[in-house]
Amino acid sequence: MADRKTLTFALMDPPFESARTTTALRLIDIAARRGYDIHVFAYEGAVCMPFSRQAPHPNAVHGHDVEEENHPLPKDWEAALMQEAKKNGGSLDWVNCGLCVDERGVGEAIEGVRRGTPGDMVSMAGESDNTLVIGTR
Amino acid sequence: MSKYLLIESRDPYESGDVGNYFELAQGLAREGNDVTLFLVQNGVLSARSGASSAALDDAIKAGIEILADDFSLRERAIDASALKAGVKSSPLDVVVDGLADGCKTIWH
Repeated sequence: MADRKTLTFALMDPPFESARTTTALRLIDIAARRGYDIHVFAYEGAVCMPFSRQAPHPNAVHGHDVEEENHPLPKDWEAALMQEAKKNGGSLDWVNCGLCVDERGVGEAIEGVRRGTPGDMVSMAGESDNTLVIGTR
Repeated sequence: MSKYLLIESRDPYESGDVGNYFELAQGLAREGNDVTLFLVQNGVLSARSGASSAALDDAIKAGIEILADDFSLRERAIDASALKAGVKSSPLDVVVDGLADGCKTIWH
């Protein structure tokens, strides 16, 4: 595909906290639907986004059980994005900063996430058509 | 000449440096660069027709292309018809277009 692009996104925010996460995943979704090759380098709190032990919960205040609450989990969104990219002929390579993972004890990640270093961020950017860094303020 | 895509996500009434970012856009444009300012999240608040934002008004007068994320507008119940003249509602796809085209893209 002549116009198949490679983009890198660097994410820093933890899940469940910032609209930046929503926007970042929207951007990745657009790229995945286009069949682009996508690199994500997650560092600091963003390494918790694909943490496999995220779990839905009921909401006693609203009287909702787990199914009614239907709590969204970022790890499921990221798995869906990986599938979407693959379905369209692209890929989503997600690298979690290993030091940031160890600090937070979130080594258990969904399938498709690999452990890396800031050096991977440099390599990813070097082989990409462009890179967007979405840092925490 | 370079192409710049400047993304503003912050509420101008919460972060004083939003004005500086709009001034950066103007400076880049003055030096002959092709500059697009994309407002997203709370960054769209300054795009309302009644909103007071001298720096954004100056950027509009400078002829900079200013786009506001349609999803962020809908989340905040801001209709496209309520935007300042010079600001257009736009899908987020524009940012991926810019990245794919090699625009120098900066998030703020």
